[in-house]
Amino acid sequence: MIMQTGKNWRWDPWREMERFRREVDSLVTGTRRLPAANFPPMNVFSGDEDVIITSEIPGIDPADIELTVTGDTLTIKGTRKPQEVREGEKWHRRERGSGSFYRSVQLPYNVDGNKVQADYAKGVLTIVLPRSEAERPRKISVTKGN
Amino acid sequence: MEENIRTVTPEKAEAREASRVERTKDRKTFVPAVDITEDDSNLYIFADMPGADEKGVNVSLENDVLTIDAQVEDQKFEGHGVSYAEYGVGDYHRVFTLNEAVDRDRIEARLKNGVLSIVLPKAEEAKTRSIPIKVG
Repeated sequence: MIMQTGKNWRWDPWREMERFRREVDSLVTGTRRLPAANFPPMNVFSGDEDVIITSEIPGIDPADIELTVTGDTLTIKGTRKPQEVREGEKWHRRERGSGSFYRSVQLPYNVDGNKVQADYAKGVLTIVLPRSEAERPRKISVTKGN
Repeated sequence: MEENIRTVTPEKAEAREASRVERTKDRKTFVPAVDITEDDSNLYIFADMPGADEKGVNVSLENDVLTIDAQVEDQKFEGHGVSYAEYGVGDYHRVFTLNEAVDRDRIEARLKNGVLSIVLPKAEEAKTRSIPIKVG
């Protein structure tokens, strides 16, 4: 489920093509690629001064999430450990995924890497990315000429 | 299609209306992904419910029907508009029929980091017992 609603979110046809190619691949081969390209799912909220990204990654140790910001790109990396099974325990159902994930997202503007805040609660990661000071729109007053 | 176990589940599955239960609230309801395991004494259920907290979760057992419910708060950020959404936020609901007797007084449920873990101890009579066979 992808919705493009933001006016300042750049639509990238190549990214869409890549996504489509992967879907077709998975249909043909019956397998999905690892690490899953669309995990963790993200929601992006834009404001005038910052972007807030939320991501659902249930049951992970926050120390296992690695976030990096370079310019206008946010990269999220991590590993979701599989449910541990003790000796003598047997599986009935296994729907929860596990494994490593890696995702890169392009943000609508450059971000001040030092001010990025990330918080993990209730299985949801919330990242607040303030717009870099140098890029904030500035009001320029027009002086009257002679 | 066989699912690769190591693959991370990409999307939350939305509950189908076809479950014949109509909802009164105009909200999305998701079916949480679960792992179910069993050993000699317990049945274990682990459900992914990101966004749910202990106040909103309800686990109930009626006869042999186990119901998991969770109410999740909407995501709202003051002064921010949604520019891109890959997942929906809504409640969770899933129902299981247990085919084994469970000791209902000792059921334990806890929620940590958006994962609900339920331990269902098997009732004494349901535990596997090895019966010695006498030589007749």
